[in-house]
Amino acid sequence: MTENLRSKYPKMNDILDKLTLCIERGKVDTNATFPSDMIGDPGADELTRQAITQNIPAEEILNKALFKAMKRVGIRFRDNEIFVPEVLMAAKAMSTAMKHLIPFFDQGLISKKGTFIIGTAAGDMHDIGKSLVAMIVEGGGWNTIDLGINVSTQKFLAAIEENPGCSVGISALLTTTMVNMENTVKEIKENYPGINVLVGGAPVTQSFCDDIGADFYSPEPHGALDFLNEQT
Amino acid sequence: MNNIMDCIREGSVLLSDGAWGTMLYEKGLKSTECPELWNISNPDKVFQIAKSYVDAGANIIETNSFGGSRMKLDMYELGDRAKEINYAAARISREAAGDDVYVFGSLGPTGKILMMGEVSEEEVYQVFCEQAVALEEGGSDALIVETMMALDEATIAITAAKENTSLPVICTFTFEKTMNNDYRSMMGVSPTDMVSALIDSGATIIGANCGNGIDRMVEIAKEMRKANPSAYLMIQANAGIPEIINGKSYFREGPVEMGAQLHHLIDQNVNIIGGCCGTTPDHIARFSQIITHANS
Ligand code: B12
Ligand SMILES: [Zn+2]
Repeated sequence: MTENLRSKYPKMNDILDKLTLCIERGKVDTNATFPSDMIGDPGADELTRQAITQNIPAEEILNKALFKAMKRVGIRFRDNEIFVPEVLMAAKAMSTAMKHLIPFFDQGLISKKGTFIIGTAAGDMHDIGKSLVAMIVEGGGWNTIDLGINVSTQKFLAAIEENPGCSVGISALLTTTMVNMENTVKEIKENYPGINVLVGGAPVTQSFCDDIGADFYSPEPHGALDFLNEQT
Repeated sequence: MNNIMDCIREGSVLLSDGAWGTMLYEKGLKSTECPELWNISNPDKVFQIAKSYVDAGANIIETNSFGGSRMKLDMYELGDRAKEINYAAARISREAAGDDVYVFGSLGPTGKILMMGEVSEEEVYQVFCEQAVALEEGGSDALIVETMMALDEATIAITAAKENTSLPVICTFTFEKTMNNDYRSMMGVSPTDMVSALIDSGATIIGANCGNGIDRMVEIAKEMRKANPSAYLMIQANAGIPEIINGKSYFREGPVEMGAQLHHLIDQNVNIIGGCCGTTPDHIARFSQIITHANS
């Protein structure tokens, strides 16, 4: 934060630090009972509203609290310091805070880094890994479109058509659906050669990624976010 | 046939079956098809899998009902057929098992995360209740709540099974090794946490399944044994995470490799040993030789 802003909003640091902590810990609002050591404290909901009322610029709220917190969440998850429930709750707190920022996006005061479309390969019902990637990437400032599970090639192509310049993530957890992933990647590359395709899921490897002509593989979500950020 | 718990109390190690999911794919199940619907549309092939494990020497076989909860079946718009599908699953395994082999009716995760409030505890309870009752009616000797990752869901499943059937209930979790070299379920539960929580909730036998290979299972079994010296334990290791080589999937651990580690599980007084994803009747036949030897 610049000195200028700091003198203008003396309490800004304080609120944004608190909001960062709430998002990182998954504290949604005052009434939330998770995490148990923050019961009764204000949560992401109240603190975001408070920050807005105090005229802290939306961009600051986004960068110095929301993205900062979700970045930490991604890293701590990668390092096995926290597990799926903590990520899910953090994402819930983040989207609660995000709702209050929608008007600023609409006014063009803040914007997303780009669009990331993600889904699970056709035939695959494994939801969780894909959703975590979606949350971490969204938490990193990307407009994220989650196409869900069991996504056909057609559905991926249609989504790409609607979102020119997007990047695409595909998740597969079954060896049988890795074959479907391969087909989807081929179709995407044939129709939209310039689009980056990211792949992942427990049985997927770097060499499989290379074989099927995808652009990037990561065993965890934070790697995907880093890759996307590098492309901009 | 003796009561399964009497059999376990006598101290002999029992052998369970190996994978179902990966065997179904071998038999031509498509990735877009519902595996459990095969109990009705392809009962012969399901029977063949069950029978192949009986022939391999398993003392226990499971049922093709892992994804048979109404919530999972709903993904294929088959939720309303939950009762019929689970009943059929148990009938098929019962027929293959005959009188000498036990049938464990399988219940897997709903795929919903309770702590996110996607579904209520009551809904989850009802779903497991429906499945458990149908599996009992179809002829199961026990129920196994398997591949669990969250304590809340596992506890509800165990309670639903105990309160609505008269069968013993087994519960197994799936653990992964973390970068800190300890084991946690996807939801962050350690084997130690799981042991005490599940015994409190009334599970008769507890354990671990799936995961990533047998070496890790040995470490998990050690941790569980340390957490509770007297609990009845069941371990079903998978043959590792599959790799794709030239378009075909391979599991790295064969019958011999896995078999060579079984004595470590027996040393931890594991009561039931079997396989999970990637294990085949060949694995179980090999395990049978080793366990028969250990029991004699
Ligand atoms: C949980 C689970 C399930 C749950 C899924 C619940 C849900 N709502 O998603 C249920 C019970 C429904 C299930 C069903 C089945 N499963 Co399953 N399941 C698992 C298990 C235990 C964990 C998967 C998981 O969620 N992990 C946690 C998440 C966070 O990890 P992840 O998905 O790998 O994602 C991480 C990374 O890979 C990465 N990532 C993921 N996607 C992407 C995408 C991109 C772009 C990037 C960059 C990164 C990335 O980031 C994530 C976070 O770190 C695995 C075992 C394992 N060790 O993986 C088996 C496993 C995947 N299942 C397996 C099987 C066989 C099945 C079934 C066929 C079983 C059956 N008989 O019904 C069915 C398949 C149904 C279907 N058509 O899809 C096998 C697959 C074997 C094979 N031959 O391919 C596995 C590998 C078990 C094994 N060891 O063999 N399963
Ligand atoms: Zn398995």
